[in-house]
Amino acid sequence: MRIRRAPLLVSLAIVIIFGVIWLLASRGQMEVLDPKGVIASEQYNLIIFTTALGLLVIIPVFAMLFGFMWKYRAGNDKARYTPDVASNNRLEAVWWGIPIIIIAILSVVTYFTTHQLDPYRAIQSDKKPIRVQVVALQWRWLFIYPDENIATINELYMPVGRPVEFFITADAPMSAFWIPSLGSQTYAMNGMTAKLHLQADKAGVYRGTNTNINGEGYARMNFSAIAGSDIEYAKWVQAAQRSQSMNWSTYEQVKEPSQDEHPQFYRLEESALYDKVMGKYMDHMSRDAHDMKAHHEGMSQ
Amino acid sequence: MFGRLTLDALPDNIVTIGGVVSGALAILAVVAAITYFKKWTWLWKNWLTSLDPKKIGIMYIVVAMVMLLRGLADAAMLRAQQAFFASNGGGPFDADFFQQVFSAHGTIMIFFVAMGVLFGIINLIVPLQIGARDVAFPLLNAISFWLFVAGMILINISLGLGEFSTAGWLAYPPLSSLEYSPGVGVDYWIWSLQIAGVGSLLSGINFLTTIFTMRRKGMSLMKMPIFVWSVMGSMILVALAFPILTVTLTLLGLDRTIGTHFFTSDAGGNPMMYVNLIWAWGHPEVYILILPAFGIFSEIVPVFSHKKLFGYKSMVWALMAITVLSFTVWLHHFFTMGAGANVNAFFGIMTMVIAIPTGVKVFNWLFTMFRGRIIMATPMLWFAGFVTTFAIGGLTGVLMAVPGIDYQVHNSLFLVAHFHNMIIGGVVFGVFAGITYWWPKFTGFRLHEGLGKVAFWCWLFGFLLAFLPLYALGFMGAVRRLDHYDSSLGWQGLFIVAAIGIVVILIGVFFQIVQLGYSIWKRKELAVSSDPWDGRTLEWATSTPVPEYNFATMTPVTTRDEFWEQKQRGLAPRPRSFEPISVPKNTGYGVYIGAMSLIVGFAIVWHVWWLFVIALIALVVLIISSTLREQTEHTLSSREVTAIEKKAWGGVS
Repeated sequence: MRIRRAPLLVSLAIVIIFGVIWLLASRGQMEVLDPKGVIASEQYNLIIFTTALGLLVIIPVFAMLFGFMWKYRAGNDKARYTPDVASNNRLEAVWWGIPIIIIAILSVVTYFTTHQLDPYRAIQSDKKPIRVQVVALQWRWLFIYPDENIATINELYMPVGRPVEFFITADAPMSAFWIPSLGSQTYAMNGMTAKLHLQADKAGVYRGTNTNINGEGYARMNFSAIAGSDIEYAKWVQAAQRSQSMNWSTYEQVKEPSQDEHPQFYRLEESALYDKVMGKYMDHMSRDAHDMKAHHEGMSQ
Repeated sequence: MFGRLTLDALPDNIVTIGGVVSGALAILAVVAAITYFKKWTWLWKNWLTSLDPKKIGIMYIVVAMVMLLRGLADAAMLRAQQAFFASNGGGPFDADFFQQVFSAHGTIMIFFVAMGVLFGIINLIVPLQIGARDVAFPLLNAISFWLFVAGMILINISLGLGEFSTAGWLAYPPLSSLEYSPGVGVDYWIWSLQIAGVGSLLSGINFLTTIFTMRRKGMSLMKMPIFVWSVMGSMILVALAFPILTVTLTLLGLDRTIGTHFFTSDAGGNPMMYVNLIWAWGHPEVYILILPAFGIFSEIVPVFSHKKLFGYKSMVWALMAITVLSFTVWLHHFFTMGAGANVNAFFGIMTMVIAIPTGVKVFNWLFTMFRGRIIMATPMLWFAGFVTTFAIGGLTGVLMAVPGIDYQVHNSLFLVAHFHNMIIGGVVFGVFAGITYWWPKFTGFRLHEGLGKVAFWCWLFGFLLAFLPLYALGFMGAVRRLDHYDSSLGWQGLFIVAAIGIVVILIGVFFQIVQLGYSIWKRKELAVSSDPWDGRTLEWATSTPVPEYNFATMTPVTTRDEFWEQKQRGLAPRPRSFEPISVPKNTGYGVYIGAMSLIVGFAIVWHVWWLFVIALIALVVLIISSTLREQTEHTLSSREVTAIEKKAWGGVS
């Protein structure tokens, strides 16, 4: 009697657990599964496809596990018993073969999607991408719009339907830039630039965050990514251009450790700010070369 | 005089003080009890100085289980903070404390729980299953264990003196550099792992040599039990991967101690090199842990299905394939670091390829059950729980192997749920299955079945409650290691479910402790024969408890399930007299070398250079003199062996 009740109770408990999780999850925003941009959409499709492919193996495994446990339980004398059968080449070929085929399919998909979703790859668009330089600080995000001559802290603006080209570095321990609704997180590291292309396709305010621990204020290192019309974007840029100025000494104050999550806006006076931040970590040889280059650029202006 | 060590090193946080005081009280209670019952000599002679791998194995498991309690306490604190306090910004723990706790949780669970308990089981079982009387290098084995203990003590000293690292369990620079982590936490982390890691490396070499050279006559490689194969794979990985850890930790230690620039951001250093190196060790490490668990299940499923293991050759090939492939996937831990698409695609595909042999193993276990006679005893329940959770973890693992998906779930709680699925569902369930299965071999009684089943169900449901919500939270954009999040995000409900899961797991642990105590109390009623499960491999052929020399006679092996086949043929009559047997003599060198390593480590952490120099010289002297022992074995005469055998088998032959 007890053995017959157990599977029922277990299944019931599992259904309840899933139900509760489902209910609670619906109270928040499933950002990754509710994409708002082209990259995140592709990634969402990839999640669904891979899960479905994986279930082709997982479901038979569950069925066999519980089926065999039940059918071949000790005491069920009606079931066949073959204690000495220890191999069957044909069967074994089947379960080497099926996973190989599934993984082969997935490998092809992986190869192509990895290229397609390569963060360095520009998004196909007839609109010119906006360039944004990102500096991860302890524990705030500095966004520089070099073409608009503005800089902001913890607030990003992305006009809807226009690709954004991010150049990401850090003046802090390794951090990671991520807007779950828009896709693709990327590490931010000292003295190095990582590129990332994203695009928002729906208007809204999206949550941006840091995914890699970089010290005490890590959990407060959040920002807003606002997606809106071109007109709103122009207004936002103009407002920033009228704000306080950002030069090297402002930067040195801003980069001091801070857990203030409020956005700040600046008019960019030091146009090579991003390169200068990068240059802090270059070794002396390449720093000299870098300074020479900056010098040349200064001369030619 | 004392380097960086001043009174400031003492804890000022009420939770830490509580931990230190309760730990100290527990140690005091144990010391008092040993003194009261006058057991110090017994402890020293029978356990601490023993070179018997069975005793070393038991000591490994005891230490690991104590550390499991600390790791669980850390886990409970983390989830308590996130479930009940973090969304309001307050909470009992500040960010610094919280970060110490999660760094401690990961470090202790991997290095001092999982590694310890696996080496414990390997020590207990491998020599028996290959029909040997000992390991290849008995003293080295003891030294390995005591280095493990030294590392364990050093990392725990950080609770009372100084601080834990806040840089996570793998301490990526630049966060772990002097600039951002000036305190002693990272140094404790480096040097305790270094000491324990050298122990692991020596163990790996020891067991590889044991498996290659000490198998019973007639046991060709393809006649070895699958557990031994799995340990072989695991130890190959230890021997190849742990040197990488040793070097990486040394370089990080040099950066921090003498100001080199291997992994710094400036002066030509490169933190990306550290991330590559640590995962070139770290990914094989995952398989070092999981392969023996696969081996344990490969022993349990045939025994409880009363059927031969299905597809032995497939199993061997699958194990060896995983062993090799585990060195080709490390980059999947940082697809987001900006490597090119071809590099990411290569490592993604290699990662998926590992799913093939792993899947084959699962199918072979299932077809071992097919047309068997399955008894759902506790070890078999752990197996069913393992397949269930491991399949979910495998699916989410394949998801993360696709770089395009990994960009959206990396470092989120989805990742945290995935690796706990693999490590709890795989390693921990495997270890509990193995302990339940082999327990009667070393004690003469079995663990209480009903309490074991209650513990299993608590663990399984606790696990599902604790980790399934994390997959959902990952999709909601919740990242790992948050001491704080905004309450408007709607995450709190799921964090509460996860915290309830931890409570259910703790109830399971409570039942395991009760099971242990009750079974010891009722050991007369639970007493069993030397072969309680109708076993198939050689460890069940010898008497229980196992004599120091394991086997009185060394009859050659002829088949794969040797003991099972012997029983089918009818067991040969037991001989009346025996040859003399040599066994290794006890020695205190393991303890001394471990203790001196601990002092060396402590001195580096606190920059007490005079102590460092003295202890290092003493350590070298100890190591040299340990190799100069003249009498390393003592011989049990034929009369003594006959007497032991007669007593073990009750005079019946």
